[in-house]
Amino acid sequence: MTELFGFPIPVILGQLLLGLVNGCFYAMLSLGLAVIFGLLGVVNFAHGAFYMLGAYGTWALMNFLGIGYWGALVLSPLCVGLLGITLERTMLKRLAQVDPLYGLLLTFGLSLIAEGFIREAFGASGQTYPVPELLQGALNVGFMILPIYRVWVIVASLMVCMITWFVIERTRLGSTLRAATENPQLVQAFGINVPLMVSLTYAAGVGLAAFAGVLSAPIIQVSPLMGSSLVIVVFAVVVIGGMGSIMGAILSGLMLGVIEGFTKVLYPEASNIVVFVIMAIVLCWRPNGLFGKG
Amino acid sequence: MEHNRQRHFLYLALLALGLIAPWLGVYTVYLMTLYCFAIFACAFNLLLGFGGMLSFGHAAFFGLSSYVTGWLVTSQGYSTLSAILGGVVAASLLGLVFGFIAIRRSGIYFAMITMALAQIVYFACLQASFTGGENGLQGVPRGRILGLDLSNDSVMYYVVLLALCAVFLGIQRVIESPFGQVLKAIRENEHRAESLGYFINTHKLIVFVMSASLAGLAGSLKCLVLSFATLSDVLQSTSGEVILMTMLGGAGTLLGPVVGSAVVVTLQNTLADKVGSWVNVIIGGIFVLCVLAFRKGIVGEILAYLKRH
Repeated sequence: MTELFGFPIPVILGQLLLGLVNGCFYAMLSLGLAVIFGLLGVVNFAHGAFYMLGAYGTWALMNFLGIGYWGALVLSPLCVGLLGITLERTMLKRLAQVDPLYGLLLTFGLSLIAEGFIREAFGASGQTYPVPELLQGALNVGFMILPIYRVWVIVASLMVCMITWFVIERTRLGSTLRAATENPQLVQAFGINVPLMVSLTYAAGVGLAAFAGVLSAPIIQVSPLMGSSLVIVVFAVVVIGGMGSIMGAILSGLMLGVIEGFTKVLYPEASNIVVFVIMAIVLCWRPNGLFGKG
Repeated sequence: MEHNRQRHFLYLALLALGLIAPWLGVYTVYLMTLYCFAIFACAFNLLLGFGGMLSFGHAAFFGLSSYVTGWLVTSQGYSTLSAILGGVVAASLLGLVFGFIAIRRSGIYFAMITMALAQIVYFACLQASFTGGENGLQGVPRGRILGLDLSNDSVMYYVVLLALCAVFLGIQRVIESPFGQVLKAIRENEHRAESLGYFINTHKLIVFVMSASLAGLAGSLKCLVLSFATLSDVLQSTSGEVILMTMLGGAGTLLGPVVGSAVVVTLQNTLADKVGSWVNVIIGGIFVLCVLAFRKGIVGEILAYLKRH
């Protein structure tokens, strides 16, 4: 059997692999959004911009400082995380007492600034970034050809997602974090520095977005607007998954990436909108999302 | 009473300014664009300021109506008036669908859902044949309304001004009606309004459709004024712009959206050739400033100041 639904199997598997790679990016971004929303009550529109900054950080480290991919994998999320802390301390903090919609609007404004600034500094066209030497080439596994870099993206992002899940759901730090999500005043009364925790959580969330940005640099064009279209898809993923659950964010991210990849084979015209259509259907059927509570 | 008289005096003064503006040497196409966006922002304000719902996808109604009007006039040979009507009807129907799905959630979820739904419309417009894809619809003729030749800029100017006045007064009427009062009650406390026996979802859906159809009117007028409909009308950044106009002027105030759109359109017009993509940085900066420093907006802050003194 070399065909399925009239399409050659290698083509389907290739698109599924691409879908899974996209799904990994969705998972990492929606995971960060969910964590930030849980503790700060802010829907971080700037998440796409931080992802973009992560990718530009990688490119800039290589071109201006000569630091390669592996260095960037650590440094770029770190720098973006520091930027995140600064923004949280100076701006987002002031919005703790008002309607969460203001947080969305503030971060929307911040992402416009970041995109405009990067476009002015490096131009609107995309930059290319080479695949690191260690991960070049492809594996032939018999039924299909696997590009090594894409396999690495999947492995690395799944590992990062699982580590985040483990830290939040299975460690002492995570349980404090979850307690602070439920009742910050009470946790503060136990002598835990909640504001510091909030800042670090925001930094970790946007650092995760930047990490996704670094991973994506060698496989897509690094451009100022690469994050703004992605963030809307990620919002839809978050609505589908329900924002309350960490595992829900990861699973729905991966699942929707694969569905999108599959749609590219079956009906390419719909591949851009399939996630949004699924969102609409899920909302009619389960308004709180697939993994949402209540 | 005294307050009301002052307000009416202000409206009349603004109207008089609008009537004589073409003779003061102000570029009419710029003013017409401004009025179209003012209608758009007023429509948006009806939803955000009085219904308490933040839509992040209003460009879908604006853009779809713009395309439908352009398409009806150019390829289908419809008259201008029926093309405008067609655009408004298309926007209302789309609003009905969006509203039906989005009002299942509120707050930030509502914002994210409308954003995602608008993205469907964007991709549909990108791929559909009647929209002209990447090129959009060019050279849309203005035609005639009730025997008036709209290709004359001054005639078109007064038609658009009349539309703005009608929308403005219409929205004021809606807000002051019993329906508007219930809307405010829902905005302030949804559960209490529900326990008082109001069908909150019906109210929300009605105001959503109203807002969508007025946004559609703005879009189809914009298409006629500038003679083109492009993808930027349905783009997510247009949804962002209308939020900024409303917030900057003052959400929940009647005049706020008009003031806000005047500021934003003027900024874009004067800055676009001088600073390039710094325009986005400036717009983003205003957003941040608006959220951090004056959440009531320009008109809202002035009203609050007047109240204190």
